[in-house]
Amino acid sequence: MYGNDFSAEDAPGGGLLGEVEAAEAALREAAARGRRGGAPGPDEDLEAYFTEVVDADQKIEPRDWMPEAYRKTLIRQIAQHAHSEIIGMQPEGNWISRAPSLKRKAILLAKVQDEAGHGLYLYAAAETLGISRDELVELLLNGRQKYSSIFNYPTLTWADVGAIGWLVDGAAIVNQVPLCRCSYGPYARAMIRVCKEESFHQRQGYEILHTLAHGTGEQKAMAQDALDRWWYPSLAMFGPPDTDSTHSAQSMAWKIKRFSNDELRQRFVDMCVQQAEILGLTIPDPELRWNESRQAYDFTQPDYDELMRVIKGQGPCNRQRMEHRRRAHADGAWVREAAAAYAAKRVEQKEKVAA
Amino acid sequence: MRARRGLSHTHVGSLHAPDAELALRNARDLYTRRQEGVSIWVVPASAITASSPDEKDAFFDPAADKVYRHPTFYDVPDGVAHL
Repeated sequence: MYGNDFSAEDAPGGGLLGEVEAAEAALREAAARGRRGGAPGPDEDLEAYFTEVVDADQKIEPRDWMPEAYRKTLIRQIAQHAHSEIIGMQPEGNWISRAPSLKRKAILLAKVQDEAGHGLYLYAAAETLGISRDELVELLLNGRQKYSSIFNYPTLTWADVGAIGWLVDGAAIVNQVPLCRCSYGPYARAMIRVCKEESFHQRQGYEILHTLAHGTGEQKAMAQDALDRWWYPSLAMFGPPDTDSTHSAQSMAWKIKRFSNDELRQRFVDMCVQQAEILGLTIPDPELRWNESRQAYDFTQPDYDELMRVIKGQGPCNRQRMEHRRRAHADGAWVREAAAAYAAKRVEQKEKVAA
Repeated sequence: MRARRGLSHTHVGSLHAPDAELALRNARDLYTRRQEGVSIWVVPASAITASSPDEKDAFFDPAADKVYRHPTFYDVPDGVAHL
């Protein structure tokens, strides 16, 4: 069991997917429970009303009053999440044309298409907070908003596609499952959808590595090399250690965030150890061992200085990723313009017929 | 979106499109990648009129004091069948 705010009995499917289902059930249950009379009265303190809704594990909806800082925090977080999905299409997209079989190619295409879909769900959720998708895209393109640092690492071999599915999507799921219980309704609902789809991504990655790890010596070495390169960057996906995390306390109080960075990182490590054993691969950490008293694995922390460098733009692929995104956006401009012109022409024709 | 024949349409999400025809296609691509639906309706957001949460109490007040609209309001004598 991975969470401490809900019990194992709530998780019908078991594992992370079960937690997503439990979050969905809790969302419906909280909605059915209602709260006292409904909306705030004319003289009521809006902030107290907001706090009451959040404390009662009810959802805040787009037209409810909310503190300005809550709105800003959510816009930033949801937008960065959306950008990550969109930029995240690149490292794997790199292998679509070189996938080793038609089956793998079809699967990878579907997965990358899913990532685009996740980006769109999230942009739509952000738009309910009063910002447009065009503005958010602009914030990404001019570098004022970031995306997950993990996508600034290159995919050098086919095994990297497997490692991304297993580790990167795995870490993303561990991060995102608690977000299914986020206090902001549209975000929580988008996350439920995303998490259900992500579990296919994680399994397909694991299967790729499993196949390689049980293939020729060369293939196994390729799988091990991918694990060696992706392990620490995946651990860094959970963000800086709790002692250095700036946004955590307030986000916890608002129930945007449910667990600390270090708690989630630990949960991820504890899950991966057994999965790596079944793969027959070695996690590149000589300090990794079971700690009986903590009932968790001790492990080496990722290099947070490297994380900060990558976030600041000094990762191996930062420039390439942004250039590609800018070029794709510019190259797609004529499609958007043509569709808008066609729609305008159709409206004009209809008006003529009506006149 | 109608998930299966026999169920009512339910809201699944939002998207961008220049016109209704493309909105349908985009909705298919975005919301039915796993056969989630057999029918889609699209409506421009600007065409939706919504009640305001600020007036929620007053707006829905007329229904608040009519418990007699629910069958459980009525006492049924013991032994009455088919009621």
